[in-house]
Amino acid sequence: MEIEEHFFRHEFGRIVATLTRLFGVSNLALAEDVTQDAFCRAMETWKLRGLPANPSAWLMATAKNRALDILRRERTVRTFEPELTRFLESEWTLVPTVEEAFSTYAVKDSQLRMIFSCCHPRLAEEAQIALVLYILCGFSVKEIAQAFVSSHAAIEKRITRAKSILAESTKLFDLADADFPARLSSVQQALYLLFNEGYHGASSEAVVRTELCQEAMRLMNLLLEQFTLATPKTHALAALMYLNAARLPTRLDGGGNLVSFFEQDRSLWDRRLLAEGQAFLDLSASGTELTEYHIEAAIASVHTSAARGEDTDWKQIVSLYDVLMAIHPSPVVALNRAIAITQLDGPERGLEAINTIHDLHRLSSYPFYPATLGEIELRRGNHPVAKAHFSTALSLARNPMERNFLRRRIDACEEFPE
Amino acid sequence: MTEFVYLYRGYQLPASPEEMQKKTAKWMTWLKDLSDKGHVKSFGEPLQPGGMVVKGKKKQVIDGPYAEAKDVVGGFSLIVAKDIEQAVEFSLGCPIFEDGGSVEVRPIRQLA
Repeated sequence: MEIEEHFFRHEFGRIVATLTRLFGVSNLALAEDVTQDAFCRAMETWKLRGLPANPSAWLMATAKNRALDILRRERTVRTFEPELTRFLESEWTLVPTVEEAFSTYAVKDSQLRMIFSCCHPRLAEEAQIALVLYILCGFSVKEIAQAFVSSHAAIEKRITRAKSILAESTKLFDLADADFPARLSSVQQALYLLFNEGYHGASSEAVVRTELCQEAMRLMNLLLEQFTLATPKTHALAALMYLNAARLPTRLDGGGNLVSFFEQDRSLWDRRLLAEGQAFLDLSASGTELTEYHIEAAIASVHTSAARGEDTDWKQIVSLYDVLMAIHPSPVVALNRAIAITQLDGPERGLEAINTIHDLHRLSSYPFYPATLGEIELRRGNHPVAKAHFSTALSLARNPMERNFLRRRIDACEEFPE
Repeated sequence: MTEFVYLYRGYQLPASPEEMQKKTAKWMTWLKDLSDKGHVKSFGEPLQPGGMVVKGKKKQVIDGPYAEAKDVVGGFSLIVAKDIEQAVEFSLGCPIFEDGGSVEVRPIRQLA
């Protein structure tokens, strides 16, 4: 019997969250140790004896027994979850309380509480995502550093600090709390950024990027299962993720290189994800709130409904970007709008749109700003100017994948005689 | 055919759940392959680290075995092979070598 892909990683998040619910968030490190220990036992046993009939139940039972040991042995010296203390003190209530914490419903609830706890307002967004990956997705520091193309030391520092802030909380976030709506917004944003790290991110390894998208979607699904969390905004975010994930295999070629828009092979799109994404988009239409996720999902939907790149309804895309600029303006959104205008009305109008971006200076280190100018000049037939823009972009490129892509664009300019 | 014991020595804790899974899968694949060919008499047992050692005429009981990590026996399997050469050859695919560990291949004494 084969172990399901990323099984250990996913179980890690479930068990750490469950144990933290019992031990209290101040004992996060203990929860991590117990989980790690359960995994070691699993590995040592399974490698010789093979997989048990239900590996997940095996791991949960191992963690549960260890938890009981610790709760019995250390209840006089440690402070566990304050809400549960009185249940943990007596043998009569200890076992049922621990059993209850390991029930399917409670495990999911603990994971959700943990996601909400990781999106702590005192943590910067990048720290929240790193913490989510570390605790709920079972990534190691090394794996997170690889995914973010960052240094091991930087990520380690970020996670250590984030964990200490998390451990200062008195308990895992309660979904009935007064600041629930604000926190839900942070959670959605963190999942959005996690997904984008996979979709647009820096890693040149297609596998790594796909995994980040999958992790964001897996946690997203936990939100969708819970009535109070499955708001229209959550559905819009889900739609955005599914519609983009469907196209992920065509954004990168086999060598992990970015493939430009018109060269992507649309026959490789994942039809099942597209259908699910479209269904989520329909669900997101209830209610009165129109969020940036709604618009981004709608843009993705316009793209995915075109059979060929040439068939794209650019007019609709431009008008969606107009709305996005109205509700959630940013120079990157304005730049994307200019790209759509270039497709709709030609390069001259695209250039005009770029020149009217009012905080253009904020794009000064963004490689896709000069790269867009390069594409526009290429369409105007100014190959030397285009090449100069792509060279500027190359000097700003943040990772090998972007560099490779931009070098190929420079080569494309050189195919034309000056 | 002769029976052999593989004693697995040395241990390295994988750094992440993903690595643990890969490690576990490698072991399972290696042993399953040997087993499919009829060379595994018993998959054996994993041993917990630590324990007690009783030794000497005075039957002294001490905590242990506190050998270095690379020398601790972490488990054993029973293997069937034509001869020691073949038993050694079968061991070469063991994932323990990636972690700097070793496999001690010991023929079981035959009766008579």
